[in-house]
Order: sequence, then structure tokens, then C-alpha cells
Amino acid sequence: MPETINLEVLRYSPETDTEPSFQRYDVPLRKDWVVLDALNYIKDKVDGSLTFRWSCRMGICGSCGMMVNGEPKLTCATFLSNYANDAAPVRVQPLRYFPVIRDLVVEVTDFMTKLQSVKPWLIRAEEKPTSESEYLQTPDQLDRYKQFSMCINCLLCYAACPVYGLDPVFIGPAAIALAQRYNMDSRDEGAHERMDVLAQHEGIWGCTFVGECTQVCPKHVDPAGAIQQYKLTATIERFKSFLLPRGAK
Amino acid sequence: MTEARQTVGYTEYHPRWYRSRVSTWWWLTRWPYLKFILREISSVFVASFVVLLLLQIRALSRGPEAYARFQHWLQNPLVLLLNLVTLFFVVFHAITWFKLAPSAMAVRFRGKRVPDLFIVGTNYAAWAVVSLVVAWFLVRP
Repeated sequence: MPETINLEVLRYSPETDTEPSFQRYDVPLRKDWVVLDALNYIKDKVDGSLTFRWSCRMGICGSCGMMVNGEPKLTCATFLSNYANDAAPVRVQPLRYFPVIRDLVVEVTDFMTKLQSVKPWLIRAEEKPTSESEYLQTPDQLDRYKQFSMCINCLLCYAACPVYGLDPVFIGPAAIALAQRYNMDSRDEGAHERMDVLAQHEGIWGCTFVGECTQVCPKHVDPAGAIQQYKLTATIERFKSFLLPRGAK
Repeated sequence: MTEARQTVGYTEYHPRWYRSRVSTWWWLTRWPYLKFILREISSVFVASFVVLLLLQIRALSRGPEAYARFQHWLQNPLVLLLNLVTLFFVVFHAITWFKLAPSAMAVRFRGKRVPDLFIVGTNYAAWAVVSLVVAWFLVRP
């Protein structure tokens, strides 16, 4: 294994640059170092002005998502040694399809607004007082939505989704998967409220099933699955609303 | 630009976000994207096959002579090539589509999710059976 590795990091300063440009850095190559370690090395030892988001460095917080050699990755889980034998430097860029604020930091308000619009919390028609009892759930009921609850909002799925890139009004993979997480929760009664947002063109019907969101998800959430499954639910509900008498819906 | 982005209150503190444009050739950058576009394009060839079939039915309704003429036209190398390409795309579409079926079908049996391989397998098997039945109707003496 070589002693150093070359990184090409996209830099953008809104004060001075009209557009971003790559800057090269030589970083020690250690077996246990991930791309995030290399970025922290640069910030500590080489260039303190390099700006990026990170927090937990263990795949939980979802802050350090970036493009590594063109692929959306959690930089805390992407080992430098994977690229040690590449002739080209490792290219680190901000998450694709999001506006860049500075260097590797992107603006995510769009996602936050969309996430809120699908009401990702438990909705009850009537809230029981806690003194009465807790909301019980069997392991099977938990199993139905658990996969979707693993989402850490890292936005790698948005950076992998060409639909979101081409048509930014698309509500996007993670927001829909999180809506499904609550729709499939036996304690939730808000599926009907969420449907108004989800069953629009900007919702599930915007998805053309490229499937890359699921491929890049570091937590194996399968947003593509969530969307396709919801397409079926929405279609059934629509037919029901046509065919069934008012009281039976 | 979405409405949400236009109305966020603190945009003045980020006066110069950098937005890159999505290249027209984005689908050439990764094999899964290209595969997706090929699957979408397959619809054009499926449509062309439907048009051929409708023309064939029209020729059939106009009597044996018209049908013989149409069959002769079908032997044109260009039409053969079109049909060959269509066959490729239809098979490609079917294979990739059935492979995606498990993510759209979350079938549960006795509380457990049916394994993906089982769903893909049954879809492929059903496809093969239907194809064989159709082939039997077409080639039987």
C-alpha cells in the first residue's frame, strides 16, 4: 500500500468564486482511515478553511454524505484503502443535485420542508391518556416498518435520484420511505392524511423506478421499494373511492 | 427551483449558492442509469411492434392477396432488423422488470416476508409458461 493518497476536493467560496474548482491534497494513507478522516486531516494540518459537515463518524448521524468518485457515500464509512490502487486521485464533491453553500456543504431546506409535509410522526385520531395504557405492538407489527425506520436522513438517495435532479419538485425517496414507515406502523392512524401529499404527481407518481436510491442507501432502507409498494396502495385506494359506497371506505 | 427554496427566510445569508445543471447526458454516467433508460426506450419498440401487429390484422382483413403482400413486406431486411431489435428490447424489459418485482411486492406469509428470490423465480416461471403456451399455439401444425 502506498504511503500517501491524493485527494481532489471540490472547493467553492461564495464570497470569491463564481464557480467551484478542484483542489488537490496529499494525505497519509492509513489502513483504518476513511474519506472523512482524510478531510479532517486536511482541515487540521493543511488547510483550515476546508468546510464540510460531519458529526458522529459512525454512520448514525447522516451528516457526512458526499460524492466520492461520483458516487453518493457516507464519507465516514468509505475507506481510503478501497481507492489506494487507483491511478486517479479520489474525487470528493458535495452531494449532487443540492445547491452548494460552501465547499462540501449543501443546502437541505428543500428536503426538510418535504419531510415535514408527509407528517413523519405518529398520528392518532384520539390520543389515549398515558395512564390508560401504552400502545402495544407485536414483533411482527414492528417488522413491517422497521426497515424504513432505519433512515438517517443522509440524503444519499436524493443524490442518486435523477428524477430529483431533473425535477426538484419530486418529494423524493427518503421522505416517501419515512412516510411509509409511519403508514405501516400499527399505532398510526394518519395514512389518509399523508395520502394527499404522497399520491400526487410530485409524490410517488414522479418516481420512474430507477432504483438507485435503494442501491446507495447505507442503512438498507429500500426507498424504491417503499415507493412502488405505495403506488399499489394508492391505486387500490383510488379504485375503492370510485367503487365503494361512501360508508364502506 | 421549488417554491420552498424561494421562500426560505434566510436566503439572504446565502446570497450565492452554487447550483450545477444536470447534464443532458446524465444517463451515460453510470451503467444502472443507462440500463434504466434502455428499459424506458424499450417502450418505443414495443409500440412499433403493436403497430406492425395492427397492420398485419388490417392486411388479414383485406383478404389473402393483401396478406401475402404484407408477409412479403415483412421479409424486408429493414423490417427483420426492426423486429430483431424489438425482440431484444422486449426480452431485456421483461428480465429487468421481473427482477424489480420483489421491491414492489412485499408479500407476507405467516407474518414473514416472502424471500425476494421466490418472487423473482415465480415471475420468471410464469413468464416462461405463458411464452411456451403462446409458442405452442403459433407453431402447432
